Amino acid sequence: MSLILNIAVDGIAYGMILFMISIGLSVTMGLMRVINLAHGAFALLGGAAAHALIARAGLSFMAAALLAIMATMAIAFLLERLVYRRIYGLGELQQVLATIGITFIFIALVNRLLGSSLLAIPLPDFLQQSVDLGFRVLPAHRLAVILAGAVVIAGLYLTIERSRFGTRLRAAVDNRSIASALGINIDAVFAATFCLGAGLAALGGILGAELLPIDAYYPLRYMVLFLIVVSVGGMGSITGSFMAALALGILETASRYLIPDFGTIVFFAAVMAVLAIRPRGLLGKA
Amino acid sequence: MQGLEVRGLRKSFGGLTVAQEIDFDLPPGARKALIGPNGAGKTTFANLVTGKLKPSGGSIRFDGSDIGSLGESERVKRGIAKTFQITTLFRTMTVRENIRLPILERQGRGGRMFGGAAADRATEAEIDALLDQFALLPLADKPIHLLAYGQQRLVELALTLALRPRVLILDEPAAGVPSSESHLILQAIERLPAELAVLIIEHDMDLVFRIARSIVVLVNGRILTEGTPDEISRDPMVRQLYLGEAHV
Amino acid sequence: MSVQEIPLTTIRTRIRGVPLMPEAVMLALAVIAYFLFPYDLALLTRIMVMMLFVLSLDLVLGYAGIATLGHAALYGTGAYAAGLFAVHVSADPVTGLVVGAAAGAALALVSGLLLMRAHGLTLLMLSIAVTLICQEIANKARDLTGGADGLRGIRMEPVLGLFKFDFVGRTGFWYALAVLCVCYAVLKVVTLSPIGLSVRGIKDSAARMVAIGSPVYRRLVTIYTIGGAVAGVAGALAAQVTQLVSLEVYAFNLSAEALIMLILGGAGRLHGAIIGTLIFMVVHHIAASVDPFNWLFIIGALVLGIVFFVPAGMLGIPAALRNLTGRNGDARP
Repeated sequence: MSLILNIAVDGIAYGMILFMISIGLSVTMGLMRVINLAHGAFALLGGAAAHALIARAGLSFMAAALLAIMATMAIAFLLERLVYRRIYGLGELQQVLATIGITFIFIALVNRLLGSSLLAIPLPDFLQQSVDLGFRVLPAHRLAVILAGAVVIAGLYLTIERSRFGTRLRAAVDNRSIASALGINIDAVFAATFCLGAGLAALGGILGAELLPIDAYYPLRYMVLFLIVVSVGGMGSITGSFMAALALGILETASRYLIPDFGTIVFFAAVMAVLAIRPRGLLGKA
Repeated sequence: MQGLEVRGLRKSFGGLTVAQEIDFDLPPGARKALIGPNGAGKTTFANLVTGKLKPSGGSIRFDGSDIGSLGESERVKRGIAKTFQITTLFRTMTVRENIRLPILERQGRGGRMFGGAAADRATEAEIDALLDQFALLPLADKPIHLLAYGQQRLVELALTLALRPRVLILDEPAAGVPSSESHLILQAIERLPAELAVLIIEHDMDLVFRIARSIVVLVNGRILTEGTPDEISRDPMVRQLYLGEAHV
Repeated sequence: MSVQEIPLTTIRTRIRGVPLMPEAVMLALAVIAYFLFPYDLALLTRIMVMMLFVLSLDLVLGYAGIATLGHAALYGTGAYAAGLFAVHVSADPVTGLVVGAAAGAALALVSGLLLMRAHGLTLLMLSIAVTLICQEIANKARDLTGGADGLRGIRMEPVLGLFKFDFVGRTGFWYALAVLCVCYAVLKVVTLSPIGLSVRGIKDSAARMVAIGSPVYRRLVTIYTIGGAVAGVAGALAAQVTQLVSLEVYAFNLSAEALIMLILGGAGRLHGAIIGTLIFMVVHHIAASVDPFNWLFIIGALVLGIVFFVPAGMLGIPAALRNLTGRNGDARP
């Protein structure tokens, strides 16, 4: 019983992290039909900046996280204006290459500035405690991650379903040319989405550092994981990404607890099975 | 029966019916045109015949045997070929290579792993003859993207004829061709082999009346009427349909 | 300038007129390299192994347009198969290559049945997933493969019973060059054959290929299997000349770098793969000895440069320059 609960809590927390990091990738890939292998770099930037601000500048966890997320969004904004804009029109293969190139450059830069060792993000005291739920004692960090994930989802839901920006974004994902003909400024919608996605990735990178440790090679090491969430969930689908992230998080955690020797194999075999049956992902557009 | 025989053909996407109870014959040597307003289901009908779409009901027979369950490339092997409404050529290749590919497929040699693709003299002579027929021979070794659009439409036609089809469906063969080049298309169609069964889908009524000996009018996925060009041009329903449209 | 251009272009067409001219030049350069760099034979051999691997990717991606990031799966499987064969069955090099080719082809065929139904992101993901599964199997089958320590104890017999592998790597060099030439010739035949034209057609327009009656899926599986055999030979060759197989043979970086080398040289032409690999490996050798992370920065910048400025690769540079000078010429009254 306690094993199942452990798997559930760890798996859901892990899934929430995957969701936060991948959701921006899914929406931008669905919106611009661009294959982006460099998205993990934003999680790295957030994590690395938070590490530097806490460990080297002595800021508090909350302040550091907030600043790191803002810095990541600023960098994402510049990157979108200066580089990504030129990538959208390219062929699939060129997009793969260009975004691999961007990933390599970020790895080299983070290494140059902070070295190649583990960039720990010390948690504040209240996240290191355990929480007694009456029937179980659980680590506060996991609960905080799950809570943060829930807040992100609620926030995204309200933004997408209730705000003007959300209406425009949905229209643009559905059909770019019609949305553009209706006078929606696709460029602006995309820039905003890109920055928001990068910010969420940074948040995921910081909160998830316990599960996906931050170092310079981070974007390459976990690239496949984030892209799998997108392709299993279906490009451009928020609900799909959420379902995929939770399912993959729980699957990976469960197989690590239950069949540690074959966890990775089971995980990728399951991904292949899903993609073989549904090549466009769970909720991808036909 | 020889040729194409369609009975009670139906197709719906979800709740939307785009073809209903279509009966249609295309015997060898036929020159038929399929006309109708936009969204009448003309291209859908063509795609049902070529196998690109699976019908929801009805039968398609070719030379007496049921081909309804065959895939697209299997129907091509039986002799049903279609040109594309939007020119779809092998853009990185030369004109000659564009024609060589369908010939190799027709001969069943397309999957061979040795022996140069261009090594067979008879094949190369056939390519020359076909290109010559369309006055494309001087352009044979030019890459496709250097050709004018009208010439590309001719390559599209030559490529499809290289399959030696017995039923040829022309999906708007003159679409997008500037009027200065459209006579080339007309001439090419007029010179098609006499025994070939031709179905032409076209908006350009000039072209339709010059080529077709029989015209089928499709409206809302249903055949409204069928007759000779004379009958169709006098038909009050058709006149109302087209004139009515013109006045909106 | 225009006076100079006429003889240049005529020379160029004359060179092109001679069949197999680029191939003859490349072979001559390889032989010259052997005598110029007698102390770097191991590096030259490694470059040739990589050339073979990139050639196989060129067939799959450059010709057939199959966008994969999992080509290392085929290479690694060839390497492990040849390594295990040498340790447990026979240390004859040529037989080992055949085993590597068979292993690479078998994996390509089995995985290709699934992969060739997918496109775009899904295809990229599936190809990576296949590689990761292979890597994990090799990692977990420690008793057989040595796991993370790598497969050791590969001792090769003399090539064809005549040429012993020596310390300096002379035999290794000639052996690799011979294998490279044979595989290049095979690929040349395949790319010029009907199936070569056919897969180029699929790359240009799969819809049109279906409309001319071509069994597109079967063609792609076939070409992927041939590519798998060649990649398997490359892996086997690497295992034989380095006498080591490690989990690195399945590394994502290997697939990514092969892709970069191919695009750098010019995809869709066999000598493009050779040139791209040569340039990349030489720059790598010089830069990586200084600092591996600087090297990552250099490739990153290099890749962006290629993608934005010379999308057709090094082979496209003459054409790009000609366009440039031509445009300048037009601009002048």
